[in-house]
Amino acid sequence: MFKKTALILLVSLLFWFPGRQNPAAAQPLTKVTFMPLWVPQAQFAGYYVALETGIYKKYGLDVKIISGGPGRSSTTYLKNRKADFASLWLVNGITLCDQGTAVVNLAQIVQRSALMLVARKNSGILKPEDINGRKVSLWGPPFTIQPEIFFQQYNIKVIPIHQSYSVNLFLRHAVSVTSAMWYNEYHTILNAGINPDELTTFFFADHNLNFPEDGIYTRRETWEEHPDRCLAFVAASFAGWKKAFAEPDLALDITMRNLRKEHIITNRVHQKWMLEHMRKIILPHNDPEELGRLKREDFLRVAGALKELGLIKKIPDFTSFRQPPAGE
Amino acid sequence: MNWLRRRGIAFKLSLMVLSGVSLVIGVILTINYNTTRQLMVDKIEDGAFNLAEATANRINTLLRAAEKIPAGIATTITQLNPNQEELEKFIRTRLQQNPELFGIAAAFEPGAGPAAGRGKSDLYSCYDIRAYNHIKKCPIDYDYRYHDWYQIPEVLNRAVWSEPYFGESGQIIMTSFSWPIISRTAAGKTRFNGIVCVDLSLNWLRNVVSSIKIGKTGFAFLITRNGTFVTYPKTELIMNETIFSIAEARHNPAIREIGRRMIAGEKGFTAITSLTNNEKYWLVYTPLKANGWSLGVLFPQNELMADINSLTKIMLGLGIGGFFLIMLVILSTAGAITKPLRALAESADQIASGNLEAVIPILKTRDEVGRLALSFADMQRSLKEYIKNLTETTAAKERIESELKIASEIQMGILPKIFPPPFPNRPEFALYTTIRPAREVGGDLYDFFMIDDQHLCFTVGDVSGKGVAAALFMAITQTLIKTQVKAQVERSTATTLEMVNNDLARDNPSMMFVTLFIGILNIVTGELEYCNGGHNPPYRLTADAGAEVHPLAGTDGIALGVMEDTPFSCKSVTLKPGETVFVFTDGVTEAMDSQGKLFTEPRLENILGRLSRRPVNEIAHEILSAIDEFSTGIPQTDDITMLIIRYNGGKTAAN
Repeated sequence: MFKKTALILLVSLLFWFPGRQNPAAAQPLTKVTFMPLWVPQAQFAGYYVALETGIYKKYGLDVKIISGGPGRSSTTYLKNRKADFASLWLVNGITLCDQGTAVVNLAQIVQRSALMLVARKNSGILKPEDINGRKVSLWGPPFTIQPEIFFQQYNIKVIPIHQSYSVNLFLRHAVSVTSAMWYNEYHTILNAGINPDELTTFFFADHNLNFPEDGIYTRRETWEEHPDRCLAFVAASFAGWKKAFAEPDLALDITMRNLRKEHIITNRVHQKWMLEHMRKIILPHNDPEELGRLKREDFLRVAGALKELGLIKKIPDFTSFRQPPAGE
Repeated sequence: MNWLRRRGIAFKLSLMVLSGVSLVIGVILTINYNTTRQLMVDKIEDGAFNLAEATANRINTLLRAAEKIPAGIATTITQLNPNQEELEKFIRTRLQQNPELFGIAAAFEPGAGPAAGRGKSDLYSCYDIRAYNHIKKCPIDYDYRYHDWYQIPEVLNRAVWSEPYFGESGQIIMTSFSWPIISRTAAGKTRFNGIVCVDLSLNWLRNVVSSIKIGKTGFAFLITRNGTFVTYPKTELIMNETIFSIAEARHNPAIREIGRRMIAGEKGFTAITSLTNNEKYWLVYTPLKANGWSLGVLFPQNELMADINSLTKIMLGLGIGGFFLIMLVILSTAGAITKPLRALAESADQIASGNLEAVIPILKTRDEVGRLALSFADMQRSLKEYIKNLTETTAAKERIESELKIASEIQMGILPKIFPPPFPNRPEFALYTTIRPAREVGGDLYDFFMIDDQHLCFTVGDVSGKGVAAALFMAITQTLIKTQVKAQVERSTATTLEMVNNDLARDNPSMMFVTLFIGILNIVTGELEYCNGGHNPPYRLTADAGAEVHPLAGTDGIALGVMEDTPFSCKSVTLKPGETVFVFTDGVTEAMDSQGKLFTEPRLENILGRLSRRPVNEIAHEILSAIDEFSTGIPQTDDITMLIIRYNGGKTAAN
């Protein structure tokens, strides 16, 4: 019964807020902060489009986006109350809860895992077993969880090499296998002159390890005190994503402007690839109705794996973790 | 091509010659352009390779020089194992000694280097950089172990040039050469202790590369092993774009392929579309051997080809000018040649339409056209003459023909009329005759008349020869017979023929003769007395259904008019009611078919056998049809005459 009420509340908010636009000018905007996982690349285009096209304002919010990047973790910012909302991976969210920071998942934006391993075919790696004994560059947590289980699944021993911000270890043949995000490093590899047909790819999502990634989180207290504010932020972010997908050129203009402002080395075709592939993992079935949905089975898969690896002590309650509990 | 056939000679001639001229001009221009262009391209290619190689060598030399420095420092560190103070002084000195370097760093594994002994997890590094005119310390305040400049040589266990990066200030693009510090343990194993790294500002390198200018728009650029632009006139590309991202953005797989060759360390010369606009260039590329980067030099095609293009334009202009000149010459020549022809053609048209008085142009020239005009005038004269003669001849012929026609009418008038049936009140017999002359005036004759109430006389004859003479002879014969028959009391057909023969033979200077059959039928008794003067024997057809056809027995007479006092004898038969006598001339049996075969008596007898019970006029018509069918398409050569009598029985018997 509660679920139904919450759903009605959410739906009515979605339609109700735009209706309030006109008198909104009279209403003072609520200041909130949001921190994405990383620099303002197309991975977060939806939020920046919502910000720069005034969607957040239409929803009564004065949003400040705190740019992520090396040395600035959205998990820490959320935990330390430096950000009201944050983009976190589902594993981060679950781990935070387990470690005692009460956070709730307001929306599961990325539903298909984009994390992958990439190898050159001419290095003889064509199937998972071929990775055995090779040097594999891996990012730090939470990026290590899926590879670790993957290697267990296929009974593979690898020589792990710490991977940081580039794929040059792989490009210089220092490692045989590299970690990559489909929307980012994989394209960097392609645009360093290696053709897709020269590469073997292992998507964890295809190996029973679909760990949903970016989601919108807030602290439980924020949700309990200002549910309307949280729902407004989520609804406006959804609208931002939809606009970004509908008007990719606009989204790319905004993205490129923000990246240039931060002197990030990148180019437009890379961001275009990123936006196109974000769409594929945000709406894997191309169904706008599924935007932001967290499926119980996905949650249980991720939480179960974390518990199995001893990274969490117990699996959080799904209905409490996911707010409003309408994601199923 | 019908439109072409209707055109005049001048047009066709011009068209063909000008087509040929255009083709020749086109081929010459094309070959000239291609050859010159290829020569130019070859020359540019040579020059381009020289330029690119020279530049690459220059950069290479500098890189190679820089490579020696960290090797020396690493060896010193391994061999002398300096303490922190010594190491820092050493590095500072080395930086002072090598003004081309921006900085030198030595960074160690935890617990290695001068930090050894202080703690296993302590990191020690020493980094000096050049700032304006002095050297300053620049502490590395991050965990450098997972940065490319440190990690890649470590993992690869060999010295490596790094990808370019933005240096400390964020403004200068740098590249580093990192040398792993390897020591040997007592067990003989190698141990990685850290990295010695020298930093090079890429400003000098950019200056070298951007100093290359080819024409107004040609330039050089440098890409790294990842395809990243290090130098490019359009600075937004530098560091941000790779040659592959440009290929992707421009949807140009050819650029991607060239990029792959470049980063693979190949050398090449190829045509390429500009990376930033649509200008066409030649690209020569060559690798920097030291760090695997690739130097590309772009040669603007339009600019370098400008001379050839303007030369080609001039040649094209000359070609077009020549074309029009030749066109003028051809048009005027062709016009001059064909002008009299056109005049002749006009006269010929007039003559053809009947105007024989048309004026033939008089030509002074004695070439083919002049001779044609003369012949034409001759032809006109002959034609006039001929037509004049023809007109006269035709008039004469028409006169003769009209006279012949009159003669024919007279001759036909002599023969008794067939319709209406000659003896409508004589049921005892039925009689039918037909004559079809071969020419207007024929030589056949026939006659029939009642001598008295009981006797019907009938004759059929054939005069030798044709035409008016034969007709006159025939008329005489006809008259003589009629007179003789009527004058005789005895009524002997033999006597009649003897008398007529004597009359004809006596005054017969032209030696004409006539074959003649004469019969007198007693219509009461059916007795037929007859005499045959050299004529085809007539047939007697019995009345019964399977009719028998018999020729009447001969009377041994010869043709009349040949010899005086020739004796003739007669015979007599008695016809039964329904029997038919068929008298004819040789025009029937000697009718010819297309192969020259004759109709013959057996064929006639066969047909008569079938017709014995048919009305007499139908017999005549059937035989005529049979002859027509037999000699289809063959003109009739002789008169065809038939006389058919059917005896129906005496009056009493008939009643």
